[in-house]
Amino acid sequence: MSILKDFKDDVSIVLSGQAGQGIQTVEFLLTRILKIAGFNVFATKEYMSRIRGGMNSTQIRVGTKPVNALLNRIDILIPLDKGAFTHLSDRISDDTVVLGEEHNLSDNFDRDRFLEVEFSRIASDIGNKIYSNIVAVGTIAGLLDVELEAVTNYVKRHFASKSGDIVENNIEAAKAGLEIGNSLVHDKRIVVDITAENTEGQILLSGIEAVGLGAIAGGCNFVSSYPMSPSTGLLVFLSKHSGEFGIIAEQAEDEIAAVNMTIGAWYAGARGLVTTSGGGFALMTEGLSLAGMLESPLVIHLAQRPGPATGLPTRTEQADLELALYAGHGEFPRLILAPGTLQDAFYLTQKAFNIADKCQVPVFILTDQYFVDSYYNTDAFDISKIQNENQIVKTKKNYRRYELTKNGASPRGIPGYGDGLVSVDSDEHDEEGHITEDIDLRVRMVDKRLKKLERVKDESLPPELIGTDDYKYLLVCWGSTFNVAKEALEHINNDKVSLLHVKQVYPLPQQTTEFLSRAEKTVMIEGNATGQLAKLVKLRTGFEFEHKILKYNGLAFSVEEIVEEVKKVLD
Amino acid sequence: MDVKNFDMGEVDIAWCPGCGNFPILKIIKRALAELEIEPENLVMVSGIGQAAKTPHYFNTNVFNGLHGRALPPATAIQASNPKLVVIAESGDGDMYGEGGNHFMHTIRRNPNITNIVHNNMVYGLTKGQASPTSQIGFRTPVQINGVILEPFNPLAVAIALDAGFVARAFSGDQDRAAEIIKKAISYKGYALVDMFQPCVTYNKINSFKWFKENTYYLEDHDVYDRNAAFEKATDKGKLGLGVFYINPDKIPFEENISVYRTDKKPLYQRPVDLKKLDTLIEKFKFAV
Repeated sequence: MSILKDFKDDVSIVLSGQAGQGIQTVEFLLTRILKIAGFNVFATKEYMSRIRGGMNSTQIRVGTKPVNALLNRIDILIPLDKGAFTHLSDRISDDTVVLGEEHNLSDNFDRDRFLEVEFSRIASDIGNKIYSNIVAVGTIAGLLDVELEAVTNYVKRHFASKSGDIVENNIEAAKAGLEIGNSLVHDKRIVVDITAENTEGQILLSGIEAVGLGAIAGGCNFVSSYPMSPSTGLLVFLSKHSGEFGIIAEQAEDEIAAVNMTIGAWYAGARGLVTTSGGGFALMTEGLSLAGMLESPLVIHLAQRPGPATGLPTRTEQADLELALYAGHGEFPRLILAPGTLQDAFYLTQKAFNIADKCQVPVFILTDQYFVDSYYNTDAFDISKIQNENQIVKTKKNYRRYELTKNGASPRGIPGYGDGLVSVDSDEHDEEGHITEDIDLRVRMVDKRLKKLERVKDESLPPELIGTDDYKYLLVCWGSTFNVAKEALEHINNDKVSLLHVKQVYPLPQQTTEFLSRAEKTVMIEGNATGQLAKLVKLRTGFEFEHKILKYNGLAFSVEEIVEEVKKVLD
Repeated sequence: MDVKNFDMGEVDIAWCPGCGNFPILKIIKRALAELEIEPENLVMVSGIGQAAKTPHYFNTNVFNGLHGRALPPATAIQASNPKLVVIAESGDGDMYGEGGNHFMHTIRRNPNITNIVHNNMVYGLTKGQASPTSQIGFRTPVQINGVILEPFNPLAVAIALDAGFVARAFSGDQDRAAEIIKKAISYKGYALVDMFQPCVTYNKINSFKWFKENTYYLEDHDVYDRNAAFEKATDKGKLGLGVFYINPDKIPFEENISVYRTDKKPLYQRPVDLKKLDTLIEKFKFAV
């Protein structure tokens, strides 16, 4: 038989089926096995808001070079249900190969591009249909020529808590799959030619784990939140490690309690975080305003999903920038950071705690479903780069929490540390923190609070330029869109096009304008319908973007989409 | 300890002359002084309302937060530094209305805090509307035909949720009220004191005299008997005063969470262990 398909250096494998069919198990095991075997891997999922049924998919990319962005292209499709073909119809092309069971194959799919592997039958022969997903894991590992031992060792470790029989059967299933994968390659039915680099020193983790590790690095020892997709993972991660790192992790009765607790925790000397999504954050906005008035540090992880209201609970969007920017009644400074990579997620989150503490302002970490649920291998975070500055002062008698100072920030004391008393008030207050209606003092206090924005600006994180300095076209993106736009830039392969990644979306770093003014044409790429960052840039700098590439159907941008849209602009 | 330790000196108090809040201020100061609690070691947390201004008239640490939101920060302050004594104090509208959800769930969470609720059955700061505890038929500029909602029964709710310490006091009897407050502060866990007080401006029905005539002190009552406590709390006759219920077996939130099991230091004294973090990051190399 002739070679059906030859995939070189970069393969996109997509699993699709109903919720509860085990796609997550395959994704989990396969990415980890491949990472340990030295491959560059990336995985991302899109799923419906239900526990069973529906139709979901996961993309796993394996590359000779690092991979970290969503591709539209499907090289190998593994359908766990016939519905996969309808679900993914616009992504399945004439080059897509389908691997799996015949009964899951769409009637009109070209049989020549079908490689039959009877996952369920093989699993049943081993003892139970339940092992069919492990057969699939083994098969793909086999296609990539992963060593048997690497597969069985990981499977053994993963199922270690199960009974001996179950562990053995899973190993048998993985082995059987691996042999099939190997023989497909051996028989030249399919070639997947990807070199395993040495990724040994690297770590494999998701966006939410990177934010979580960054929070711990920043000294986070208090988290209170109410579960809400896609932000819950951070509460789960910090709860999981609460014992190890002495973190109080409390599921609050609602988001209102969560944010008020967290502000209380900062008041008493903890470093606190809330994690939520749009609707939950809407309930926290009064608390945000409280943090503004109390001059309390606060770190808010806002994982965006499409709204308004309940919107699309499990989907992605970048449409809450304006919410974060304008939330909370009254005027007070804030900082909004939007990590684009796992490295950003770790270091920016760590920094968020220090800036919040130093400047006594709320700091946002703006992510989204695509960002928190995607993972890939990256350099291990370097602890030697971490510095935490403790800003708490020991109070003396006659301590005044809101002492008027030149730069607006008053030394922050906490109750029970020193001889002073610490009084904070949501009413307008005097330097001691007691309620006042003195209108002159009111003005001084407003000025004092707003002055802190200058301090925030001093901490400013400049935008990052990818590509030549001598650009004609400048693409601009923020947050999770970065890796996708970066790969798109490589495909566009035009030395007149560069990409600017704005990691600090508010306050806009000064350099942003300089970068923009040097371009002949500018293109804003955002996952929302109205171009929220473009609007913010215009408001703050007067600069207007020529082109906007916007997406708001609930799915993340793919590399191909950005390539295609940018090419239209390049003329 | 001298009660004066808690005095603010010259301070412009925002309450109406004759307000029931004045004796409450005295009662709490007295209880704190008798318990020898240092002002530096105490945090008074409140929400918004006339009662919620009380902490400003104390020489101590103050967290005057948002309307209805005294209990969540109070919980977190206590949890972040269990060496502090934390009192959450506000009015009936703040604690039982705006903060009703927190009231229920704080009882479930059981932090070692004392919750004092000034209960005058009316809204003061917003000028005389019904409060959750206003009685049926009480006329206000909003409830023009009289209140039709069943009054919120904080004691019955707290007992139903098995709150560890449930009591009611009356601002008109400072001696006994101070004793009740002392017991509440000394209780290890969440303690509720619903404090009857007259509002001389907006509640002409439930006056000092009315409270005198319509309350009685519980006698021969077994505070450890939850059913008896519930019965007393729901009695349609005169309103009981005193300690209704104590559950001595409850474990406070701070002792239930793992953070203080081996290390008693408050959170502010614990920088992150970066070596441990490095070990955790290392695990991601092996894809665990």
